Amino acid sequence: MTDIVIAADRLTKRYGDATVVDHVSFDVTRGEIFGVLGPNGAGKTTTILMLIGLSEISEGAARVLGHDPARDPLTVKRHVGYLPDSVGFYDNLSGVDNLHYTARLIGIPGLEREKRIKASLERVGLADVGHKKVGAYSRGMRQRLGLAEIVMKDAKIAILDEPTNGLDPQASLELLALIRSLKSSGVTVLLSSHLLDRVQSVCDRVALFQNGRIALIGTIGELGRQVLGGGFAVDVECHGGEDVLRRLADIAGVRSVSQEAGGVFRLLCDRDVRPEAAAAVVAAAGKLTRLELERASLEQIYTRHFGDHPTGEVPHAA
Amino acid sequence: MQRKGKAWRGVGIVTLKELSDHLSSARMRVLEWLVVLTALAALYGAIQSVRNTTAQDPFLFLRLFTTAQEPLPSFVGFLSFLVPLMAIGLGFDAVNGEHNRRTLSRILSQPIYRDALLFGKFLAALATLAVSLVALWLLVIGLGLLLLGVPPGGEEMLRALIFLGVTIAYAGVWLALAMLFSVIFRSAATAALVTLGLWLFLTAIWPALASGAIQLFMPGADQATSLIGGQMLARLSPATLYGETTLALLHPTTRALGPIYLTQLQGAIMGAPLPLGESVLIAWPQIVGLIAATILLFVAGYVAFQRQEVRA
Repeated sequence: MTDIVIAADRLTKRYGDATVVDHVSFDVTRGEIFGVLGPNGAGKTTTILMLIGLSEISEGAARVLGHDPARDPLTVKRHVGYLPDSVGFYDNLSGVDNLHYTARLIGIPGLEREKRIKASLERVGLADVGHKKVGAYSRGMRQRLGLAEIVMKDAKIAILDEPTNGLDPQASLELLALIRSLKSSGVTVLLSSHLLDRVQSVCDRVALFQNGRIALIGTIGELGRQVLGGGFAVDVECHGGEDVLRRLADIAGVRSVSQEAGGVFRLLCDRDVRPEAAAAVVAAAGKLTRLELERASLEQIYTRHFGDHPTGEVPHAA
Repeated sequence: MQRKGKAWRGVGIVTLKELSDHLSSARMRVLEWLVVLTALAALYGAIQSVRNTTAQDPFLFLRLFTTAQEPLPSFVGFLSFLVPLMAIGLGFDAVNGEHNRRTLSRILSQPIYRDALLFGKFLAALATLAVSLVALWLLVIGLGLLLLGVPPGGEEMLRALIFLGVTIAYAGVWLALAMLFSVIFRSAATAALVTLGLWLFLTAIWPALASGAIQLFMPGADQATSLIGGQMLARLSPATLYGETTLALLHPTTRALGPIYLTQLQGAIMGAPLPLGESVLIAWPQIVGLIAATILLFVAGYVAFQRQEVRA
């Protein structure tokens, strides 16, 4: 089933003269993980808030599960779980009590409440600390409690704003695993982040935001081909050999070859060409010392597209 | 654009949650002790002087509320000072507190409207204030019975009850004001300072300033006009309204809350108490003013909250 659950049509948000979100259109289909990526202040959160009816839409329209969030926010909010950027809970209440409050606001009947809260806390691994005050929770635990709320709500769509922000690598890996498990239980996930490398691994499709507009949209492979000229990069290092550059460039599927140093080549290609590249080096009577495949990373795509590093050399820092 | 769904969905849930927060909070306990202790001190002073002086007063019980013994102010005096403090203490971080704890957008992403959150918070704080005021009121009546040994008359009880209602309305004004500033100012400390500043100004400075201000607006007006004008200006302060209402309610001999012309006193028996209905009638504009101020301030806060962006 590939029906559209979120449809944004030329969404625009203005504050006075400033246009924060500028004619943004995208569709999210059922069951996918859609990444809204971009630097801080690119309009990601504002777009999200318009989708759940927490911010007025200046122009354009949105449909979430077929409902208009501006006219019928209660229906939209009943089916959409939202985890805000650095989510907060009532510190003086326990995790369970916090969920109880939300469950009553959602309107989950009394008998079912206990069951659902227990199940959702187990799902995110907070079952043993559920009765502790949230004030004692770490940041990662709060984020997981936020996911528990979405699980408890039985949301059809989960909208997560910067879910891995401020988490240590271990905690953010755990969180990403939870997000994947949301997807496998049939939840459509829309997540926003400025940490490109982190979310690359979970997103089916991404939209790159820049200054309130969508600069690029598609799967990471598509974007890689579009921007970098290839979805894969193969690094080849060899000693000696004649005409290695030409032989590598002749391989089917290779879009471009650049010689980075004496015997170091970088191939941008549509598919994994390692076997052919190895054969080519050997055929040129060279000694192959290193052969490495790298999938196009979002960070590369991003920096290349926006021209911060015109060479495409991106430091791997997240 | 018409919104679908009930605006009040979830009010009860928010109210109950806020109420339990208030009743169990350390802040509320401190405020309650402050009020109870000071009020008891005033009451003790009043009982001492009531015992000694007015044995034949037909409204002995009402004296409990209004008699002051130096250096302490009367019970009513204490209340007019401390009720705003309690109300501001409960309301100053109502909305910006949710912002700063980053719970606001999460709560509002549940299927409720903002209306429910704000109204629930107001109701809960007002209920908390009402509960403590009723408890305090009962405490005073009970102690009065014990220490004076005289049962209160029916009219006295009615007057005391109306006084209780007016005090709750007075608390509502300050609560609505505090909540308005909690919407406007993102920092709870700023909101508290501004509200307290306004409270001090309206309570302590404005009544004194009003008569001077009228001279500025209407130079050369005759004495009666400037007196009435000054009083009108002073009535912009809820503290003045509350003071006048309690005066009319708890001193049954009060015949008017403004200047009286000699012609109006013709045939009046000086010092004779007015019936309850007449006393209420005298204070009616003030009572309505207090309620109207509460509604106006709440609506202002409501509009500001509706227009506010929820993002942190």
